[in-house]
Amino acid sequence: MENQTPLVEMRDMHIAFGGNKAVDQVSIDLYSGEVVGLLGHNGAGKSTLIKMLSGAYKADGGEILINGELVEINNPRDARGYKIETIYQTLALADNLDAGSNLFLGRELLTPFGFVDDDAMEAETRKIMSRLNPNFQTFSAPVSTLSGGQRQSVAIARAVYFNAKILIMDEPTAALGPQETQMVAELVQKLKAEGLGIFLISHDIHDVMELCDRISVMKNGKLVGTVRVEDVNDDDILGMIILGKKPMKNTS
Amino acid sequence: MAKDKQNYFASLGIDGRLLGMIGALVALWVMFDLITGGRFITPRNLFNLSVQTASVAVMATGMVFVIVTRNIDLSVGSLLGFVGMMMGALQVYFLPDLVGGGHWSIWIITCLFGVTLGAIIGSFQGWVIGYLAVPAFIVTLGGFLVWRGAAWWVTSGQTVAPLDPVFKLLGGGVEGTLGESLSWALGVFATLAALWLLYLSRKRKLAHGFLVKPFWVELTVAGIIGVVIVGYAAFMNAYPIPARAAKRIYENKGLELPDGGSALVYGIAIPVVILLIVAIIMTFLAKRTRFGRYVFATGGNPDAAELSGINTRMLTVKIFALMGALTAIAAIIASARLGSADNNLGNLDELRVIAAAVIGGSALSGGFGTIHGAILGALIMQSLQSGMAMVGVDAPLQSIVVGVVLVLAVYVDIAYRRRAGL
Repeated sequence: MENQTPLVEMRDMHIAFGGNKAVDQVSIDLYSGEVVGLLGHNGAGKSTLIKMLSGAYKADGGEILINGELVEINNPRDARGYKIETIYQTLALADNLDAGSNLFLGRELLTPFGFVDDDAMEAETRKIMSRLNPNFQTFSAPVSTLSGGQRQSVAIARAVYFNAKILIMDEPTAALGPQETQMVAELVQKLKAEGLGIFLISHDIHDVMELCDRISVMKNGKLVGTVRVEDVNDDDILGMIILGKKPMKNTS
Repeated sequence: MAKDKQNYFASLGIDGRLLGMIGALVALWVMFDLITGGRFITPRNLFNLSVQTASVAVMATGMVFVIVTRNIDLSVGSLLGFVGMMMGALQVYFLPDLVGGGHWSIWIITCLFGVTLGAIIGSFQGWVIGYLAVPAFIVTLGGFLVWRGAAWWVTSGQTVAPLDPVFKLLGGGVEGTLGESLSWALGVFATLAALWLLYLSRKRKLAHGFLVKPFWVELTVAGIIGVVIVGYAAFMNAYPIPARAAKRIYENKGLELPDGGSALVYGIAIPVVILLIVAIIMTFLAKRTRFGRYVFATGGNPDAAELSGINTRMLTVKIFALMGALTAIAAIIASARLGSADNNLGNLDELRVIAAAVIGGSALSGGFGTIHGAILGALIMQSLQSGMAMVGVDAPLQSIVVGVVLVLAVYVDIAYRRRAGL
């Protein structure tokens, strides 16, 4: 895997908000068919780092390479152009719209006359939902009336539908029950098998150890280190998160 | 039981809130008709009611987009005054020298100028709100003062009159109507168009294999729409033009008044036709264009809209530009109706417009609102005011009633939404 070109490489990323260095010279990478976990306390800079990749923030400095090519990501539209899709912690759904409108938000299907084609979008939504979550049946009600799991399905469907190559999941299971968490876990495995690269942000160590291939830990805006899951145990990871201490063993 | 009923209506795809508003309107009309001994539901009164509603209703459709995106526009009344004065000055003081007095193009140039001016001012306010991040409340509060003052400056407070005769037709006076046969034609055409759209929508849904409403429901809905449209046309055609005005019309055409008096009737007023066109375009914008979809998405969750790649700042500019253009159309109707433009034009209209949109189900917390609801809201407000005036309720008490009804209507709306789990 090391000889391959990484799917994503972020080099020396930094961004500051009013003098506070939220992310300070952080470099991480991601290969296709791999899940990389990003761990750290609240405020460690995980979400901020990843938002520079998804286009929500513009980096103050650093380089982003996709398949070895230097790219510029200034807004969410750019990121989508590079097949980067994000599932946000806050779900980023418009609560007052139905599932189909949310799935296609910003990328509506149009009729030949250039008008929004709700029926075509509903049909596509039904298709992808029957694959992701066959229990999902509420297609015409606002998503505010859906359960947490159903809403998460909409958010995931949005990322998957447009053939993402790079998937960013920011606390994907934070609002979910055990069964729905299991559903998300299975989906991650499935997408990984399909060759996607996935960044998984979480502060649930258990989740991360189970799903990820490598783990990058951040503390106070800096990268503590990146380790392979099979080389470490929970305590090593905890040490990295809390003390910012790299484990003694060989790391990759 | 109540829940069952709600689900029943929902399964038929009928909006409970819409039914409630129509119910409230009918109740108001019947009540006023009973109190006034049958003077309220008459062709004459409903004609006046529809003309009086048109100007505020046109603006209310734009206010829906403004409110849905969690903004407010307090400047529409003053802007109406300013644009009205500018259009008045243009057609009375400038155009006659330029193209000749009474020239056929005066009203067209005036209207184009007004709508452009309204859109430019609106987009400027939208730019300050969207790009400079000054709250809409403040920007349009400033606009409220600025445009009322500017309206005065146009002629140093002088009333501009008389306006161009063709322009005045847009206000719906004695001659500003479609007349009998055109009214019938519009009624029949609108009904057929509505049926055609219902049919197309059903066909599209069937083609995708979706569940459709039972056929009898669609038929009933179509029937009600047809009866309302044709009924309105029939009612307006039952309003005869008074003998003296009719005589003048015949004389202008060089004809003799026929024996046994004139058979001339008003028919549908032109402001109502304008409102109808605006309503159709705005509904279409809201439901079938990306612009409309982004308006509602931004209102529902501004962050989600931004993360989906929607340029919400530019969207704000567009929304306020549209509001400005609609305000100009309202200014055309209002000044044409008066036959003159004065500094008082549109005074307090911003409150009527906001009240209409809010009664019509636009939530100030954003994300919800419909065009037809806002128009119904405007009609309810106007009915309430006309009715009370007719009954002889004192002006101060009228304000009190309108104020209480406004708050009550919004409370009912919030309670309804909460129960529906929205």
